[in-house]
Amino acid sequence: MRLCELTITELSGMLERGECSSVDITKSVYERISEVDKKIHAYLWTNEEYALSQAKEADKKRKARENLNPLLGIPIGLKDLLLTKGVPTTCASRILENFVPPFDATVVKKLKERGVVVVGKLNMDEFAMGSTTEGSAFGPTRNPWGLDYIPGGSSGGSAAAVSSDMCIASLGTDTGGSIRQPASCCGVCGIKPTYGRVSRFGVIAYASSLDQVGPLGKNVRDTAIMLEAVAGFDRCDSTSVKMDVPRYTDSLTGDVKGLKIGLPKEYFVKGIDPEIADTVRNAAKQLEKLGAEVIDVSLPHTEYCIATYYIIAPAEASSNLARYDGVRYGLRVSGEPDTLINMYKATRDRGFSAEVRRRIIIGTYTLSAGYYDAYYLKAQKVRTLIRRDFEQAFQKCDCVITPVLPTPPYKLGTKINDPLEMYLSDIFTVSCNLAGLPGMTVPCGFSKENLPIGMQIMARHFEEEKIFKVAYAYEQSTDWHKRKPKV
Amino acid sequence: MEYEAVIGLEVHAQLLTDSKLFCSCSTRFGAAPNTQTCPVCLGMPGVLPVVNKKAIEFTMRAALAMHCTIAKKNVFARKNYFYPDLPKGYQISQYEFPLSKSGWIEIDLNGNKKKIGITRIHMEDDAGKLVHAGDFARAEHSYVDLNRTGVPLIEIVSEPDLRAPEEAAEYMRQLRNILVYLGVCDGNMQEGSLRCDANVSVRPQGSNKFGTRTELKNMNSFRHIQRALSYEIDRQIKLCECGEEVVQETRLWDEGGGKTIGMRGKEEAHDYRYFPDPDLIPMTIDNEWIESVRKSLPELPAQKKDRFIKNYGIPEYDAALLTQDKLLADYFEDVVKQGAPAKWASNWIMTELLRELNAEEKSAAECPVKPDQLAGLYRLIAGGTISGKIAKSVFADMYRTGKNAEDVVKEQGLTQLSDDAQIAKLVDEAIQESPKQVEQFLSGRDKLLGFFVGQVMKKSQGKANPQLVNKIVTDKLNRLKEGK
Repeated sequence: MRLCELTITELSGMLERGECSSVDITKSVYERISEVDKKIHAYLWTNEEYALSQAKEADKKRKARENLNPLLGIPIGLKDLLLTKGVPTTCASRILENFVPPFDATVVKKLKERGVVVVGKLNMDEFAMGSTTEGSAFGPTRNPWGLDYIPGGSSGGSAAAVSSDMCIASLGTDTGGSIRQPASCCGVCGIKPTYGRVSRFGVIAYASSLDQVGPLGKNVRDTAIMLEAVAGFDRCDSTSVKMDVPRYTDSLTGDVKGLKIGLPKEYFVKGIDPEIADTVRNAAKQLEKLGAEVIDVSLPHTEYCIATYYIIAPAEASSNLARYDGVRYGLRVSGEPDTLINMYKATRDRGFSAEVRRRIIIGTYTLSAGYYDAYYLKAQKVRTLIRRDFEQAFQKCDCVITPVLPTPPYKLGTKINDPLEMYLSDIFTVSCNLAGLPGMTVPCGFSKENLPIGMQIMARHFEEEKIFKVAYAYEQSTDWHKRKPKV
Repeated sequence: MEYEAVIGLEVHAQLLTDSKLFCSCSTRFGAAPNTQTCPVCLGMPGVLPVVNKKAIEFTMRAALAMHCTIAKKNVFARKNYFYPDLPKGYQISQYEFPLSKSGWIEIDLNGNKKKIGITRIHMEDDAGKLVHAGDFARAEHSYVDLNRTGVPLIEIVSEPDLRAPEEAAEYMRQLRNILVYLGVCDGNMQEGSLRCDANVSVRPQGSNKFGTRTELKNMNSFRHIQRALSYEIDRQIKLCECGEEVVQETRLWDEGGGKTIGMRGKEEAHDYRYFPDPDLIPMTIDNEWIESVRKSLPELPAQKKDRFIKNYGIPEYDAALLTQDKLLADYFEDVVKQGAPAKWASNWIMTELLRELNAEEKSAAECPVKPDQLAGLYRLIAGGTISGKIAKSVFADMYRTGKNAEDVVKEQGLTQLSDDAQIAKLVDEAIQESPKQVEQFLSGRDKLLGFFVGQVMKKSQGKANPQLVNKIVTDKLNRLKEGK
């Protein structure tokens, strides 16, 4: 096998035993990129020299027996809304096309402290608004399992790169499903941690009360290693929580005896593709065989999740995106005549895509005088009810398992002209963000077109360990994670 | 028909914290443009605010000093609008859950005391500054200086309890005094660390309905506030008397033209789309914290005034004037501590000292005559070395040169002449030189005593001890009378 095809764990072992160097791994990754990224378009920015110089550093440290940890010298891809000092960060938007940040996001700093090799910046839906990565201003990313198909979004690049071995693992962000959905579409693992578990400082904000950074990896263990590296309190983020970070890899025991798993009946209703329902139910059955107990639970306010999400997220986004006004950084377009207002209008009109503008306007509307109470305030109240649903369910079970998407990945161009249709596909993932819970995608099968299907595992706040336990046990009893797309 | 004015003031005060409200940049005034900024206050992508605890404490101090109730639950809200001096496109302020509400301060106008209600005091971050190339109307471009962005402000909103421009100016003075006493704001209206906007309307005397109000801006001193309000009240009354409507608008005070100018057409009602800032968690302020801040409050102007009256036995008028300014009050107490009697010190400070300080717009802390030096001057007067009159010119010299009283007196040979024999000699001379006046005195014009005293004072270049001169002149003249 080529080095780029291996996992963090495998490569870390080889590096320790001197069987390869970080430079070797990085070269292998870049070879792969030059082979397939023309077709997949996962990356918005790469620089082999930059990557190799980091790899050389890592090799030096390893030789001096310094900074030894599983991520030293491992090539990692970063979603292009994580600020990287000196390296362009565009958020896949024209309005930040030439923006080079003067500082690193906290999660980037943490990974650099571990000596990773930053391979490049990964494609996404513009400003994280979308579920297909077709929303990127610089062209879509394609699913390595079927180049005509969506890789999911908004962290499409992050998932596709891991899936096609163009990096060993990656970081994405998730506001309504943007890690879990692409992970599912591309057949890799991806976890959205509990809200507040990972710092948001230096992460371009979409919806502040919903955004979280999380890792995508080729298997559960790699994902756990990555989460351990980036989690933790950050004094620069008032919403990050002061709690110790557990050794997530300690949960990878394979033992799920006695664990109760809930299947919410509202997530298996008519309208969901029967392939999906069957595949996920089979996964649940598999866990039963392994010793877990599967029960039915109910999350009664599920039907309100989409409406709640699509009021709160655009509202917060409309405010978060106000700073892109052409005054201090990014794109500036003069108006005709050259007045302040016209500059604002021309800059934001030219710089933002239609979907971004759509959500800003929706958000502005729901916050406006006379509508705030009926929309934003009401949505926040319903959000509490949604969270209570989970609190009730978790009195009966340790984890909840659901599908990730209502259908297998569809072809590019299918839903791009029908935003509402696209929004509806978020039905299974938004509840997790609204309640602030952790949720992980684990591959659990393939569609008849040989496109990946994943399942979602959710647990109580800060109980990522339970999720990893269940995910690992399941994974080790299957071989989905060993399959690779032929690109 | 008689009209009454209804006035409410909105005051913004910059807090004297070392760093900004949501980042650790310096708040120091006067730095080169855009040198006190960081990604957070510049509103770069991905940044997040972290609240400055000292700013919360300062706000609590102001709230407690003005008898407000402090809220247990405190929420920061975003106030959204677009302007180049507002990097994030929103200000972080407080809306539904301000830090404090329902307070009051007492003003005293010529003996009439009145309580002015305080609706709320809340925290918010300041915007930057726009510097226009040339004058505002014709400027081709504007420069943005973001040093001030993120500086902590408190907004103090009064109830519409003020009824006259004088009341408003007095309220502003009291408010400023309290904030300076607390060490929470430096109260500098010229530099903009204390700003005042007014809401003013008029209504028929006796009515309890509110008339249409206008908002007045651009008043940079107590004087401006009083003049602007006077003008605006007049303007509104004239409109009402003509049966015309007062338009609700923002008006700028034009000090040069002595009038308010409407900004009609430029100001639309803003919808700020307030919502709780999701990047900041709601703060709980517990009783323990409130009590520890309350205990740490310094003596406030009203308390100090009462203490001055009680402990120093000076009249209320004096005490009020001295405590108007904390530095002046401290100066007074130092002088007394150094040995000067309270009444003498307060008189001297209110007359001679303030005259000099006000002419140069200096504060008592910048006075070239230090408290111990002023006490020294007193000792020279009390000891008879110089007269009170001479002392005034000695003081003026001390002020100009910073020298001690003793040195000035010595250098200028101003020591009072108190030698009986010498004075007697001068009196004899004066009597000899003015026979006509002597005649007149002897025929009954007793008031001419003063003439002879004056002559002796002239002969001695003012240095003769006036009381002694008076005594000796009286003696000699009376003896002459009896002798006759």
